[in-house]
Amino acid sequence: MSHTTLPVFRQRGLPWLLLLPQLTVTLLFFIWPAGQAVWQSFWMEDAFGLSTEFVGFDNYRQLLTDPAYYRSLWTTLIFSAGVTLLSMGLSLLLAAMADQVVRGARFYRNLLIWPYAVAPAIAGVLWLFLFHPTVGVLAYLLDCLGIDWNHFLRGDQALLLVVIAAAWKQISYNFLFFLAGLQAIPASLHEAAAIDGAGPLRRFYSITFPLLSPTTFFLLVVNLVYAFFDTFGIIHAVTQGGPGDTTTTLVYKVYRDGFIGLDLGGSAAQSVLLMLLVGALTVVQFRFIERKVQY
Amino acid sequence: MVENRRAVTLISHLILWFGVLLVLFPIWIAFVASSHSSEALLSGTVPLWPGDRLLLNYRQIFLGGGQSTLGVPLLRMLFNSLVMALGIAFGKILISVLAAYAVVFFRFRLRMLCFWLIFVTLMLPVEVRILPTFQVVADLGLLNSYTGLTLPLIASATATFLLRQFYLTLPPELLEAARVDGAGPIRFLFDILLPLSRTNLAALFVILFIYGWNQYLWPLLITTDESYYTIVMGVQRLLAVGDNEVQWNIVMPTTLLAMLPPVGVVLIMQRLFIKGLIETEK
Amino acid sequence: MIRRTLGLVLAAALSSQAQAATEIEWWHAMGGELGEKVNAIADGFNKSQNEYLLKPVFKGNYTETMTAAVAAFRAHQQPHIVQVFEVGTASMMAAEGAVYPTWELMRDAGVTFDPNDYLSAVTGYYSSDDGKMLSMPFNSSTPVLYYNKTALDQVHAEPPKTWEEMGQVGQKLIDAGYKCGFTTGWQSWVQLENFSARHDQPFASNNNGFSGLDTELTFNGAAQVKHIDQLAQWQKSGIFSYGGRRSDSAPTFYSGECAMYMGSSASYAGVKNNAGFAFGVAPLPYWKSLIDTPKNTIIGGATLWTLRGHPQADYKGVAEFFNYLSSPAVQSDWHQFTGYLPITHAAADLTRQQGFYERNPGTDVAIRQMTAGQPSANSKGLRLGNFVQIRDIINEELETVWSGNSSAQEALDRAAERGNKLLRKFERSNG
Repeated sequence: MSHTTLPVFRQRGLPWLLLLPQLTVTLLFFIWPAGQAVWQSFWMEDAFGLSTEFVGFDNYRQLLTDPAYYRSLWTTLIFSAGVTLLSMGLSLLLAAMADQVVRGARFYRNLLIWPYAVAPAIAGVLWLFLFHPTVGVLAYLLDCLGIDWNHFLRGDQALLLVVIAAAWKQISYNFLFFLAGLQAIPASLHEAAAIDGAGPLRRFYSITFPLLSPTTFFLLVVNLVYAFFDTFGIIHAVTQGGPGDTTTTLVYKVYRDGFIGLDLGGSAAQSVLLMLLVGALTVVQFRFIERKVQY
Repeated sequence: MVENRRAVTLISHLILWFGVLLVLFPIWIAFVASSHSSEALLSGTVPLWPGDRLLLNYRQIFLGGGQSTLGVPLLRMLFNSLVMALGIAFGKILISVLAAYAVVFFRFRLRMLCFWLIFVTLMLPVEVRILPTFQVVADLGLLNSYTGLTLPLIASATATFLLRQFYLTLPPELLEAARVDGAGPIRFLFDILLPLSRTNLAALFVILFIYGWNQYLWPLLITTDESYYTIVMGVQRLLAVGDNEVQWNIVMPTTLLAMLPPVGVVLIMQRLFIKGLIETEK
Repeated sequence: MIRRTLGLVLAAALSSQAQAATEIEWWHAMGGELGEKVNAIADGFNKSQNEYLLKPVFKGNYTETMTAAVAAFRAHQQPHIVQVFEVGTASMMAAEGAVYPTWELMRDAGVTFDPNDYLSAVTGYYSSDDGKMLSMPFNSSTPVLYYNKTALDQVHAEPPKTWEEMGQVGQKLIDAGYKCGFTTGWQSWVQLENFSARHDQPFASNNNGFSGLDTELTFNGAAQVKHIDQLAQWQKSGIFSYGGRRSDSAPTFYSGECAMYMGSSASYAGVKNNAGFAFGVAPLPYWKSLIDTPKNTIIGGATLWTLRGHPQADYKGVAEFFNYLSSPAVQSDWHQFTGYLPITHAAADLTRQQGFYERNPGTDVAIRQMTAGQPSANSKGLRLGNFVQIRDIINEELETVWSGNSSAQEALDRAAERGNKLLRKFERSNG
């Protein structure tokens, strides 16, 4: 590993002092709660915390035999795939266009990057307003087209709406990375292919896209992680997981069962399963990062 | 070039404009809505052009409006958001500068254990362990306090990881030269390392400010006292009216105000923002 | 000068005295206009005495308010009073160490309190099995039938009293070119919970859960299945049209699309503001083939629960407030302003004396429907753990009936089975 080559200081106490703040905060607010989640997942408790009972793996058993949990898993997968595809597709298109134009690329970039700064919950409110069945502009437009839009009633429409809001917010991020990736591709490659008679579309498929694949793969991971974990605010502001549980993703379910259903043991068990999932994801990501750093 | 260069450019511009409009459309509608009366918005015909109530609505949200439903003035919520965003940004930068320094430039027992202890937190988003974290914060008596709003969110390792990566790219000669000059670790940190990481820290600040400002679930859970409400959760509060009609002419201007600071930061500090974005996720 | 200084000192002394008043926190879920009314009530109480200062705090919708209170209790930061919706009753009741039952509170504080002053149809829902009041009713409503007078006149029909008549009237409307005869809000509450009460059918075993935690759901009985099955058939012909789980279908009534709407009696003001036609209010229909004289309907809405953990002296203030809230003047004002039911006989009488019901025809339907006859074990109310989630399940399963994907029997059987699992879970964690 590269850091072994760096010379180092030999003090004993100082590094601990430097690490103390971060270690304290980490132990207090990460390790301890995570431990608590594991502990709690083996107990059953009433809402007010007045009576508790050790139940072993019952919470897990109930979870894994509950069709609602698998529905939520399925919802999460569809939601994540939808957000990732929609957002990355649009961004790639826009980035490819911005890469084409000689003048104004910066101008477009300025106008496209700011949604990143909008809070997920706020993005949710904006799109909720556009699609609101009684006041929304787009709902009204759809109505004129003969499409009866009411995401308060229809689960498929509700899911579509949160996908749109979540994808909208992520466009800027994907756009920036795609543009950077595109600009790193030498223009000479394009010119050579153009001389060989390849049209723009053909060139995109045979040259640009393969060369962009590391960026694409990286964005795929980032977008999936985003859709899994950073979209709570959108869902909470727009649908609150409903109608029914049609927009209840795994993360939203932890909150819903824990804070609304007041089922602490079941919620903790879900937390633990999610932690395992994230752990696995991180290992994959970490390997990827370490390799990138070394070479 | 073989193909018609002009046509391609034209199409590119058209598609880009379409993208820009797509991104701007929600904001435009929100702006339009913030300039109409509640009745105009509920009457069924949705306006696409601003009305004449803009100043009135903004006056109302600053001088009352939300206060009657939320019991807290708008400025207070904006202030709370600012405290939270700055607290998280500075807090994170402070602890991660020190921690990354220790991990990279020192050799000591259990170094790898500390390293993993910190980086394991990369894998636990706050949403996933939200209940137990809430309990810990409650047990520490930190509900309804600025410490409770900021401290638990400082604990993520992203910034530490970023700085570690940066330190590792520095040439080893740097430290050797400092040693020759007789500089100790503290002087090395302040005189050499920090000045060198200035742009990195600034970029990090931009990203962390946005992260802090946009927090939602955490303030929603740990503030039961309105005087600690942040603006982002305040918007949600305005929507939770049960069976009453939502006052969109109040919600929309509040929404716009809630997104203004982070969007402003991005637009003003664009170079740093892009740098920060690309580095934090590397 | 001296006089002015004296005045200032006096003012300061007075204000510090005001600050010394014991503060009582009241978390509630009433936003908008209702929230302002709540503030006005608190104001009235604060002005009526100077020992206690009641501080109402809006906590979001019902679920959020209850959740916040539970979380706060665990963190020892609970308010004195919290407003909890009727489906949260079982959870609150089971938390014996956390709640301070109203009858006990009133007794300990020495405030005069006669349970007989209250409408038993309202308090029954919130009383223990032996009839002791556990929480203070605040906003209660019951489902009624709103009808479009113009539409019914057009087809020469009276508002239907029974479901049999409902079918005929509905058919006439369809024949006359209406798109939809009637619709309903809150399907679980209106078409299953109140349906069961009105037809004296058990919704769940153990006296609808009042006498034990080992309760099983029984709403998949023959009567309920027949009713849901009939609705499903009407859904096909357009006599009935499903429009959403909450009050989402009300706009179809306002727009004249549906000629009748079953919803909460507390929606009266909303209907009045939004319906651009003459409308009337009628009792919820019943099946003549199932029962001769229908039982009372049951309530929805919320009550005020007192949470333990504060100094005993504070609770005297809570009791004083409950007493103030129950006074005829405050109650009748609240009833007339909001459309929620009055909780005492005196308030209902006062409202009648003031001529409110004559000026607003139909507003007394709810109270008459609720107080007709003695409530039976099946019409006293419901006490089910995890009821919020059970209602979600019922909604989901009923929707499969409306969409034609399952029969009424299948759906209700499934709903009962899934709901029972939640009841077992509740029994276990609260046993």
